[in-house]
Amino acid sequence: MTGAVLWVALLAACLAVAAIKLVGHLLPKHWLAEPAVARVAALVTVALLAALVAVQAATSDGRVVLDARLGGLAAAVVALLARAPFVVVVAAAALAAALLRWAGLP
Amino acid sequence: MPARRGTTPAVAAAVRQALSVAVATGLYGISFGALSVVAGLSVPQTMALSLLMFSGGSQFAFIGVVGAGGAAGAAVATAALLGVRNALYGPLVAPRLAVHGARRLLAAQLTIDESTAVAVTQSDPAASRARFWWTGAGVFTLWNAFTLAGALLGDAAGDPRRYGLDAAAAAAFLALVWPRLSGPGAARARLVAAVAVAVALTTTPVLPAGLPVLLAAVAAIVVGVTWRGRVATP
Repeated sequence: MTGAVLWVALLAACLAVAAIKLVGHLLPKHWLAEPAVARVAALVTVALLAALVAVQAATSDGRVVLDARLGGLAAAVVALLARAPFVVVVAAAALAAALLRWAGLP
Repeated sequence: MPARRGTTPAVAAAVRQALSVAVATGLYGISFGALSVVAGLSVPQTMALSLLMFSGGSQFAFIGVVGAGGAAGAAVATAALLGVRNALYGPLVAPRLAVHGARRLLAAQLTIDESTAVAVTQSDPAASRARFWWTGAGVFTLWNAFTLAGALLGDAAGDPRRYGLDAAAAAAFLALVWPRLSGPGAARARLVAAVAVAVALTTTPVLPAGLPVLLAAVAAIVVGVTWRGRVATP
């Protein structure tokens, strides 16, 4: 994306996310109180985040690529199991991947 | 039975809790700022996301799709879909706030995971209102301040791979989804996550960047809903 296209996409996305928040404040309460709505919304969130983990960790330029990022992800899992805060999880992943690359991994 | 003035300690406690949540959440603004710049956004673009979008999951998703070379439409759609859960918070917080006009717009913009979670833990209306506004305003302030710090750091870091920042992006999404994969009833969430990962990886070589994530979400939701139906009727 060029700078101008990126700005348009960015502002459109900001508008969409802000409008969705406002919808929650304006719609009659019972419309969104359906348990099925809450369940599907939770599934959407889980599915998108999980897919983003996979794409960020194991793909590059339209190909599946296994490299030091997976080592970083493993470090993140260890940090999460140890109930580390968000920043520590992210830093652990970066440190592990950086060390693996320093050791010669792609 | 607390007297009218008895709400003051409750409000003070609300402020204290709000600030601790704001500090914890704000801190991960550093990683967002750094990863956004690494994904190819400028510092002003990064700040625009934190100021105007102000929803961590959607912001990370937007820069994730952009960083992977995805199209504008895919980036917008992914960010918007991840923002859908915020719509469900409105009915929880709106009756506690009872605001209108410009204040309602402000309340809506501050309606995120953290402000909602902190507000709904209190049944006392005054304490609940204080929790929402203090958490929302506190997170907004620190999230943006730390986003700027992270963006400037990321700008100075140079090659992101050398510092493992590409792995940090994956870890950020994992940390966001992690709490949703444990606890009661999380088996369905784990199945949906597994399907999403499988679909995203298998379709990456054949689809334009950005679309595998959206397709994975659709497929995983279909599987998740179907699977629940089978369990419900033994």
